[in-house]
Amino acid sequence: MFTRSLVAALLIAAPAMAAESPHFGQPITDADIAAWAIDIAPDGRGLPAGRGTAVQGEAIYVEKCAVCHGFDGVGTPADALAGGQGTLGTAKAIKTVGSFWPYAPIIFDYTRRAMPLNNPQTLTNDEVYALTAYILKLNGLVGAKEVMNAKSLPRVKMPNRDGFTPIYPGNLK
Amino acid sequence: MSQRKQPGTDLEPVAGNGLLHRRLFLRGGAMVGVLGAAGMAHADPLTVPEWATKPGKRPLPYTQPSPFEDKVQRMLPDQNPLYEPGAASGRTPHQYLEGMVTPNGLHFEVTHNGVPDIDPARHLLVIHGLVNRPLKFDVNALLRYPMTSRFHFIECAGNSASLYGSTAVKGSIQQLHGLVSGAEWTGVPLSTLLDEVGVDPKAKWLLAEGGDASGVTRSIPLAKAMDDVMIALYQNGERIRPNNGYPMRLLVPGFQGNVNIKWLRRIRLTDAPMHTRYETSRYSLLLADGKAAQFKLQLDAKSMITRPSPGYQMQGPGFYEISGLAWSGNGTVKHVEVSADGGKSWALAALAGPVLPKMLTRFRAPWKWDGGPAVLQSRVTDDTGYVQPTRDAILAARGNKANYHFNGITTWQVATGGEVSHVYA
Ligand code: HEC
Repeated sequence: MFTRSLVAALLIAAPAMAAESPHFGQPITDADIAAWAIDIAPDGRGLPAGRGTAVQGEAIYVEKCAVCHGFDGVGTPADALAGGQGTLGTAKAIKTVGSFWPYAPIIFDYTRRAMPLNNPQTLTNDEVYALTAYILKLNGLVGAKEVMNAKSLPRVKMPNRDGFTPIYPGNLK
Repeated sequence: MSQRKQPGTDLEPVAGNGLLHRRLFLRGGAMVGVLGAAGMAHADPLTVPEWATKPGKRPLPYTQPSPFEDKVQRMLPDQNPLYEPGAASGRTPHQYLEGMVTPNGLHFEVTHNGVPDIDPARHLLVIHGLVNRPLKFDVNALLRYPMTSRFHFIECAGNSASLYGSTAVKGSIQQLHGLVSGAEWTGVPLSTLLDEVGVDPKAKWLLAEGGDASGVTRSIPLAKAMDDVMIALYQNGERIRPNNGYPMRLLVPGFQGNVNIKWLRRIRLTDAPMHTRYETSRYSLLLADGKAAQFKLQLDAKSMITRPSPGYQMQGPGFYEISGLAWSGNGTVKHVEVSADGGKSWALAALAGPVLPKMLTRFRAPWKWDGGPAVLQSRVTDDTGYVQPTRDAILAARGNKANYHFNGITTWQVATGGEVSHVYA
């Protein structure tokens, strides 16, 4: 009797237990996540304190970036970072940060997390602001001494801001 | 469908240029002998080879393929030494493979800054953002969760990109279409972990991030994450290899490969997509008018004939099995048709089961090659009713700058003499 009701109880309990999560995750605070939480939203949310200008950025660029992206961001061997504006609708479309990227804060996001390719995540926030300012200046979008920071960078309107058509979850021909 | 025909009638073509009825396979291989090279007996007495006369080698702790199969290798790009490792790939040699599962050592990969050596004891998955309780999971904790196992293909959005170009690249199928593979993945459903952190109702998307030196980030719709996304820990029974994301990767069935974040370290729940570099500058489709289609995430149905394919040398007229792979990021392969006359007529191929959603399906069709020129094509239809388009239809709809998601029909030309090459129809 006892055994049978125990078996019955287990049979009833089993599916409910399977549906429950084991809860093996450990709580973590925002402060402890900070070193990894380096993503920047397109509207600039997440941009850190710090500042930089194109003049400052040029010196860092020549030292740490030009070997792969060319002087003045002309490209070769890696991607061109400047030029190409007005070409996207032509047969010779040239995609660069200046001609193609829709949001300026993403330049900060990507440069900080992935560049320079041989030493990513080693630039200071001031250096990243300065490099972002320099890339924007190469594309004629900010002045040489204009300060880029968490407030001013999101205000830079990229030429191709309206060039993307989100289609999820729809379908393309 | 009548099954009453005499065997002989099965050998009559069902489509132009020698395509035979797939029933030849469905009923078993017995009739194939009719097509084979019978009556070739000549004096050729058997001998006993040396491997039958002495003991073989001892077992190995981890075995390798036969040295006679050493041509079966992934294809690597010509890397530019100046920015090695940079973006690099290894392509699956589909011309040498059969079945629907890609061996782990031959699964394709694309990396954006090399393959990291991650110590699992120091790796974490953090889930935070629009959640009630941010949580971190170490690898051992995840290994203790209830697991699911499913077969899925992964395809790079840039697979087959050269077919947007104006001249047909004279490459192998590995070079043209080698950025797709299929495997059995085992891991923890992401929905389980999302339930544990408690998703804020404002969350509509999530951002997934890799823990390697490229730090790829991609936005994924929350609805998809709750549906069939998995934190994958095992691939074809063994722990995922470093090239494919050890100790864990995101598996996002049917979505472009780049979204299946390798070396996954962090997921942030967000109210909107983040428009990261990898979903704007890359992996968006630049259309003819200069606008880019963004978040084209699902891979539409596609198929390819793996044998014969370029590099394969036909061995004289007679019976051949056409073999290939078909898949759809939107569902399940419903049927595959094969043509030997450049799409003028089509024969249904046999599907070698199991036919699974968002997984490679092997198809086969019997063919009697008459030794003359032939133009081979395959065309898949999935269970949404979507039919794989021609290359011309894709170019007409998208232009030639889209670079990604090329899923048009591929054409192999078989020349008199038996050389197989890639052409545009
Ligand atoms: C060792 C070579 C190398 C160096 C040095 C380097 N980069 Fe890069 N960069 C690359 C490569 C390669 C890519 C493309 C990576 C990919 O697609 O996976 C890239 C991509 C970029 C992009 C994105 C381009 C686009 O249109 O998507 C930006 C922006 C960038 N780098 C900025 C920088 C900056 C700023 C520096 C200096 C701090 C720098 N890079 C240093 C090789 C380099």
